[in-house]
Amino acid sequence: MAHTAAPHGGHGPNDHGHHDDHHDHESIKVLGFWMFLITDVILFGTLFATFSVLHNSTNGGPTPHEMFEMPGVIAETFILLTSSFTSGLAVLFMHKGNKKGLIGWLIVTALLGASFIFLEVSEFLKMVDEGVKISTSGYWSSFFTLVGTHGLHVSVGLVWMIALMIQIGKRGINPVTKRKVTIISLYWHFLDVVWIFVLTVVYLMGVM
Amino acid sequence: MANHNSHAHDEHESHGSLKSYVIGFVLSIVLTILPIVVVMNDMMDKTPTIIFILIMAVLQFVIQLFFFMHLREDKKPRYNVMALIFGLVILVTIIAGSIWIMTYNAVG
Amino acid sequence: MFKDFMDFMLNDFFITGDPLILGAQVSIGLSMVAIVIALTYFKKWRWLWTEWLTTVDHKKIGIMYVIAALLMLFRGGVDALLIRTQLALPNLEFLHAGHYNAIFTTHGVIMILFMAMPLMFGLFNIVVPLQIGARDVAYPYLNSLSFWLFFFGAMLFNVSFVIGGSPDAGWLAYPPLSELSGSPGLGQDFYIWGIQISGIGSLASGINFVVTILKMRAPGMKLMQMPMFTWSVLSSSITIMFAFPILTVTLFLLFIDRYLGAHFFTLDGGGNPMMYINLIWMWGHPEVYIVILPAFGVFSDVVSTFSKKKLFGYKSMVFALMSISFFSFFTWAHHFFTMGSGADVNAFFAITTMLIAIPTGVKVFNWLFTMFRGRITFTQPMLWTLAFIPCFVVGGMTGVMLSVAPADFQFHNSYFLIAHFHQVLIGGVVFGYFAGLYYWWPKMFGFKLHDGLGKWAFWLWNIGFYVCFMPQYALGLMGMTRRFNEYNFDMGWQPLNVVSTIGAFIMGLAFIFQVWQIAHSIKFLKKEKSGDAWGDGRTLEWSIPSPAPMYNFARLPEVSSSDAWWEEKQRLANGGEPKPLAPLEPIHMPRNSGIPFIMSVFFFIAGFGFVWHWTWMLVPGLIGVGCCLLARSFDYDTDYYIPVDEIERTEAALKGVR
Repeated sequence: MAHTAAPHGGHGPNDHGHHDDHHDHESIKVLGFWMFLITDVILFGTLFATFSVLHNSTNGGPTPHEMFEMPGVIAETFILLTSSFTSGLAVLFMHKGNKKGLIGWLIVTALLGASFIFLEVSEFLKMVDEGVKISTSGYWSSFFTLVGTHGLHVSVGLVWMIALMIQIGKRGINPVTKRKVTIISLYWHFLDVVWIFVLTVVYLMGVM
Repeated sequence: MANHNSHAHDEHESHGSLKSYVIGFVLSIVLTILPIVVVMNDMMDKTPTIIFILIMAVLQFVIQLFFFMHLREDKKPRYNVMALIFGLVILVTIIAGSIWIMTYNAVG
Repeated sequence: MFKDFMDFMLNDFFITGDPLILGAQVSIGLSMVAIVIALTYFKKWRWLWTEWLTTVDHKKIGIMYVIAALLMLFRGGVDALLIRTQLALPNLEFLHAGHYNAIFTTHGVIMILFMAMPLMFGLFNIVVPLQIGARDVAYPYLNSLSFWLFFFGAMLFNVSFVIGGSPDAGWLAYPPLSELSGSPGLGQDFYIWGIQISGIGSLASGINFVVTILKMRAPGMKLMQMPMFTWSVLSSSITIMFAFPILTVTLFLLFIDRYLGAHFFTLDGGGNPMMYINLIWMWGHPEVYIVILPAFGVFSDVVSTFSKKKLFGYKSMVFALMSISFFSFFTWAHHFFTMGSGADVNAFFAITTMLIAIPTGVKVFNWLFTMFRGRITFTQPMLWTLAFIPCFVVGGMTGVMLSVAPADFQFHNSYFLIAHFHQVLIGGVVFGYFAGLYYWWPKMFGFKLHDGLGKWAFWLWNIGFYVCFMPQYALGLMGMTRRFNEYNFDMGWQPLNVVSTIGAFIMGLAFIFQVWQIAHSIKFLKKEKSGDAWGDGRTLEWSIPSPAPMYNFARLPEVSSSDAWWEEKQRLANGGEPKPLAPLEPIHMPRNSGIPFIMSVFFFIAGFGFVWHWTWMLVPGLIGVGCCLLARSFDYDTDYYIPVDEIERTEAALKGVR
């Protein structure tokens, strides 16, 4: 239990210069982001709990079995999985100090993310067209909320990623932009993991 | 700026290598295809299928944690790992607890 | 056109036709005008902006939390007195039923979320960085954002009293009553957005303090050398981290039900109202431990300081705190034993509830053994601690009675329950935070609060408490249920209700004494000459001047034991040499920022738009929030260094008060 905080603890009292001070700051922010991600785990967990409890509450209306179209969902899955991989490649190039590679892979990641959102939105629109809305029944309320919350996370990540690319373009690779890329790639991997559970619990169990 | 940082703790930052990303990616694809194939072709009964696809999802979660998110490569003490474990305990409690309690009050 | 507008303002926007609310509207309007005039007259706008609204200094943020919490204590207290006045006599027509519903709802929400929580965060902010020898929290900017989100969330909730209508579906807003079918008015939307916005702030604070305590400790300070209050903040913050996301989702789902016609908790369309109750208590139960754990920390520090002894059973105390924050996640169903979840569910949650009493009992014995053979000084913080122990023990025991599932079918939602949770929340949380406020007040402001007036307030609070709540246990057993606004003569409840109401007003009087005490102490200000105001300080916050300079510690202390400051004083008293002073170094500090304030205003605008279903208002609000996030992301000039000569000047000026 008894770990010392020094010398990594906070604003350096120790004999490191300003530079290291900065480094500690950035590593503390990465830890804080981990903490945020764990609160997000709880957030999605609560949505999954609600979905599980309401999974039979179709109120005599349309069932998931009738509505889901798996080819689109499978395409979304592989797109997001690949984007998780490419965001990892971006981090790899960043650590090599390769700014062009970093921005390039971030662009690929963002494009894959955008096509994921495009497919998801068209899937939702098609469902609404066929008469399934958030107000259709308890089941569809929890479906649209759970999947939509994930989609909202991905969309926010896209805006964030674009803002980050501009910053890297302007300022290059430095401890601050490095930390920001590290954080967004964690976020992106995390969203991929959440999607795997959406695929399993919502879609695969829904069509069984 | 950080490239000429020669302090010891910079070395075990969460870098990963191309190899680990590729292994992680390949394993993830396999673990995604397996449950899709099993479910789409009705290869098993309902309960075994649910158990199987949940195991595949959890495995993929573990793979991504280690190969993509480099969970183990942070400095010690690994507060993020401790928090994650606690978080997963609470997560299981929320989901299993809700299902357990609400079975007595099911609607529809 | 104009007539339509006026019609809307008078019929829908403002609440009209009630003399009580009209009085509130007039006084709110007048005090706002007065504040604006005063700020303009004394030319204090710039001072307000640069020193307070944009500050990222944890000490100032803490003071703002405390002020906001005391204001909310006043509002919640007035609500309580209105409730007790209505219940004093049978069939009284002081408040009509709808108004009564609104008042007990706002009383509960305000006391827990807008009084206890900010008072708690105030103490976190003021004390934790000083106790662990840090210069600020881990994320000062986020800390400021947390405060302003809380503040504007609280304002959004409070504004419902005069605009749109108060929520009236109980403090946890159970559906289907809180659904559109049961509460078609706007009150419930104010409830959702007020709590949602401040809840985001609380969640961020939880993360902030977990990381602060884990990563920002002074060199050498091991976890097992931290002051007990810091431990309690860690356990409470961890609980916040895991509990508050559940609240966010639950309120969000209720919002979707009301706004988009979804069917999560409705009676029709396959919704399940019981799921809301299940979810809200998954947050709600940890929430009560979130507010009580820091009070335990305050008592631990106060007891050892004023007994001049090391805390008895440090390790068992840490273990008790951490196990309470863990077990608090496994007891939630005891709030709805009567829901009909079957014998196995009820048995499981009854047992976990009884188990959680064990670590709490351990702590009580630790405090008692700390006092045993100590040289106790009866200062104000110590008095509150001494009053807490018997009060909390009784409150805890009635809690164990409630945890027995079959018996709970009798106690459930009766005044027995009301008496129980007020006893643990007032006797535990309020007494604890008062003890903390009196204890750290000299550290915050550099002067102590008047002793005589404080003792009057203390005795009035205690007498008022028992007179108010002991009769309610009996009333509960006599069958009086909560949330009834009137009862008949033939119920036989009148005598005890009269007594209870008298007790409530005694507590109201006690609060007036505290206001008088603060005013008196400011007027006849006696500046503290030493940073160690009580003379017996044991932890690092007492080693620096009061109030602390902006950077807290000119040189970060080296810590090698718990009670570091006490050990150092003992060493010097035994003829030890003062440690050589290391040369000063430039201090790295975060820059002030106006973004948290502006972003919270946009949150308020968006929330207000959601409440009224005004798309023209909520969309700009949300866009504003997004722009603020981006503006911060593009800002790379977020910190600076205080040069050595400036530190030297500040330290020299502080020498006089050290």
